[in-house]
Amino acid sequence: MSLFKAHYNLEKHSVGFVVAIILAASVGGLVEIAPLFTIDETVETLPDMRVYTPLELAGRNIYIREGCYACHSQMIRTLRDEVERYGPYSLAAESQYDHPMLWGSKRTGPDIARLGGKYSDDWHVTHLTNPRAVVPTSIMPAYPWLATTSLEVDDLGAHLATLRTLGVPYTDAMIANAPRDAMAQARPDSEAAAGVVERYGEATTLRRFSGADELTEMDAVVAYLQVLGQLTQAPYTTETTP
Amino acid sequence: MITCLTLGERRIGLILTVCLALLGLVMAALGKQDPMAVHGFMALALGGGLFFAIGGTLEEPAPDAARLQQYYDDPIKVGIVLAMLWGVFAMGIGLWVAGLMVWPDATFGEAWSSYGRLRPVHTTGVIFAFGGNALIATSFHVMQRTSRARLADQLSPWVVLIGYNLFLLWAVSGYLMGVTQSKEYAEPEWYADLWLVMVWLVYLVLYLRTLKRRAEPHIYVANWYYLAFIVVVAMLHIVNGLALPVSFAGAKSYPVFSGVQDAMVQWWYGHNAVAFFMTSGFLGMLYYYLPVRAQRPIFSYRLSIISFWGITFFYLWVGSHHLHYTALPTWVQNLGMTFSIMLLVPSWASAGNALATLNGAWHRVRDDATLRFMFVAAVFYGLSTFEGSFLAIRPVNALSHYTDWTVGHVHSGALGWLAMVTFGAFYSVIPQIWGRAAMYSPKLIEWHFWLALAGLLTYVFSLWNAGITQGLMWRTYNAAGTLNYSFIESMEAMRPYYIARFLGGALFLAGICVGAVNIWLTIRGAQDAAGDRPLVPQVAE
Repeated sequence: MSLFKAHYNLEKHSVGFVVAIILAASVGGLVEIAPLFTIDETVETLPDMRVYTPLELAGRNIYIREGCYACHSQMIRTLRDEVERYGPYSLAAESQYDHPMLWGSKRTGPDIARLGGKYSDDWHVTHLTNPRAVVPTSIMPAYPWLATTSLEVDDLGAHLATLRTLGVPYTDAMIANAPRDAMAQARPDSEAAAGVVERYGEATTLRRFSGADELTEMDAVVAYLQVLGQLTQAPYTTETTP
Repeated sequence: MITCLTLGERRIGLILTVCLALLGLVMAALGKQDPMAVHGFMALALGGGLFFAIGGTLEEPAPDAARLQQYYDDPIKVGIVLAMLWGVFAMGIGLWVAGLMVWPDATFGEAWSSYGRLRPVHTTGVIFAFGGNALIATSFHVMQRTSRARLADQLSPWVVLIGYNLFLLWAVSGYLMGVTQSKEYAEPEWYADLWLVMVWLVYLVLYLRTLKRRAEPHIYVANWYYLAFIVVVAMLHIVNGLALPVSFAGAKSYPVFSGVQDAMVQWWYGHNAVAFFMTSGFLGMLYYYLPVRAQRPIFSYRLSIISFWGITFFYLWVGSHHLHYTALPTWVQNLGMTFSIMLLVPSWASAGNALATLNGAWHRVRDDATLRFMFVAAVFYGLSTFEGSFLAIRPVNALSHYTDWTVGHVHSGALGWLAMVTFGAFYSVIPQIWGRAAMYSPKLIEWHFWLALAGLLTYVFSLWNAGITQGLMWRTYNAAGTLNYSFIESMEAMRPYYIARFLGGALFLAGICVGAVNIWLTIRGAQDAAGDRPLVPQVAE
């Protein structure tokens, strides 16, 4: 019986046809996706890789809320011009705690995988409030409401706990102190500031990000932008020429 | 319309509206200040409104048994009207966001009107709202006509249609309030995702129950594609949508996958949303309406089989071509590239099958704008799939990825293929189900056709230029061996292309507005009986 003859018969059975579709459509995903969870080399092991602080995570969620990923990628490819323009190419491990990943698909604006530390906090605040104040020909949207909306910190513990369920190594202390740590990271002279360093490491940046007295969404977003590419130093210390 | 339901269906419908209203109430009560509460109130209002609409007809007499001798076309009519409304809205938003690329301050200064929140309104609106309603409506038409059987019942088509549009309202209003999972083309949050799974299950069961009543031994090829669309979209949606809500009292959730695995799952989903939503479903449309309109049988049955299974098998492998040169392991990238190139075979088999079907009917393509819409759709299907395979080649992708070339490619598919075949199908089906000899104005169809084609060509040519210019500027080195252009210079160079793209979009939008007017004039005051009948009289329930 030829294949066409077999198909001739399959066409008479709706449920059989549906089963055949499911079988044919499952193979590709199984072969390409399942091994990514089992092959260890897929994600490098980096000893100094840290998790986002509650303030940075809050900033990341605002970045998601405003759809920034639609115009900015966070994935430097292994191409000479990209490495020279943006910095060392991105490692898989750098986004291992990113639920979801924000690699992006379009560069209407530049890649920002290594944005952290390139500009001052003041520059970011001015730029986010009105991009054309610092880059006259920019077509980036303005986000003036970030500086006037106070940051919601009360539920950050629940956010960290959810991420821990998904495999991000947040400790009990991190979860319990999440709202406090979010405040303290933007208040380096407060008593609670020491706790942030203790829990998230010496490399954590503690600054008054927006410069304002009240903790706003601007603090969170700038804290997030300043940590991009800074969760680990591994890409800068290893050989990165493609 | 409601009095067409049997008394039993009206009672079940009443129970369902109460359930919907209760669900809305629970979401509103749990959500409190969260945007989820707004969505709860929307469900409550919809459930309440439908409750009173159905409740008011409980005393009305049961419908005439003669209805069972006819096809059930009411949900098709509503689906077509919804598709056109969503289409005008979503393409209007598209024009706005295209304008923001040139005049970035053309917003209301409010968060909801900024580019990042509007962009998913446009993409969801065109692909899932315009395209999705068109697919659901035409699938109800095609499954009945090719099976020569009436829809299995009169209630579940409404559950599918109303449930799906509630999902869309949640999605689109959610983006404006900042509710998004940020996964491209899968942005809605967890409760909307769960809701869609339920709606989709009803859709599949309805499809299979209707096929079971068919008076033809064989299932016609158009139905294969609609089935693949329903089944595989469900599979993709469920896997990519896996997420853990922070709390059941709020919209925010975190996807279960992270980093490289998340990227791969996302583009396995993303590219196959293109494949099974924007391709399979619309091929189903093409396989029915093109031969009917051309009055020619499909050129080759065997070619249909080869292309169907080729598309259904190969497409699921190609998502990784969105991740060339990234942190995704190279072996997956290479598999994605290889299958993307192989995919050209079944894709061109489909396009070739459609064009060869038109052999002997070229005079109709010349004279009939409706058929010409479908002809252009088949041509652009062929062009876009060739472009897609080409862009999936690693060194080509090194230049094209992250640029406007990709955006142009998507629009050559969405405008040139998806929208064109939909307009052709709509102009074919509308006179039939509303009982008219023809559309109100053939001249307006011509206007729509030429506006759409001019808009499409303006759009894709400007973004081809934009994308290639960007890609080249980013990698140009000067004599000193350093990068020649800053990023901002490449952005400034885009301005003329973005203006041209805006004009192209405006032409296409003008076209669909002309189409909407023509459709409205056709259905206004039309008789309410389709001319055709199912083959076998159905047994009374």
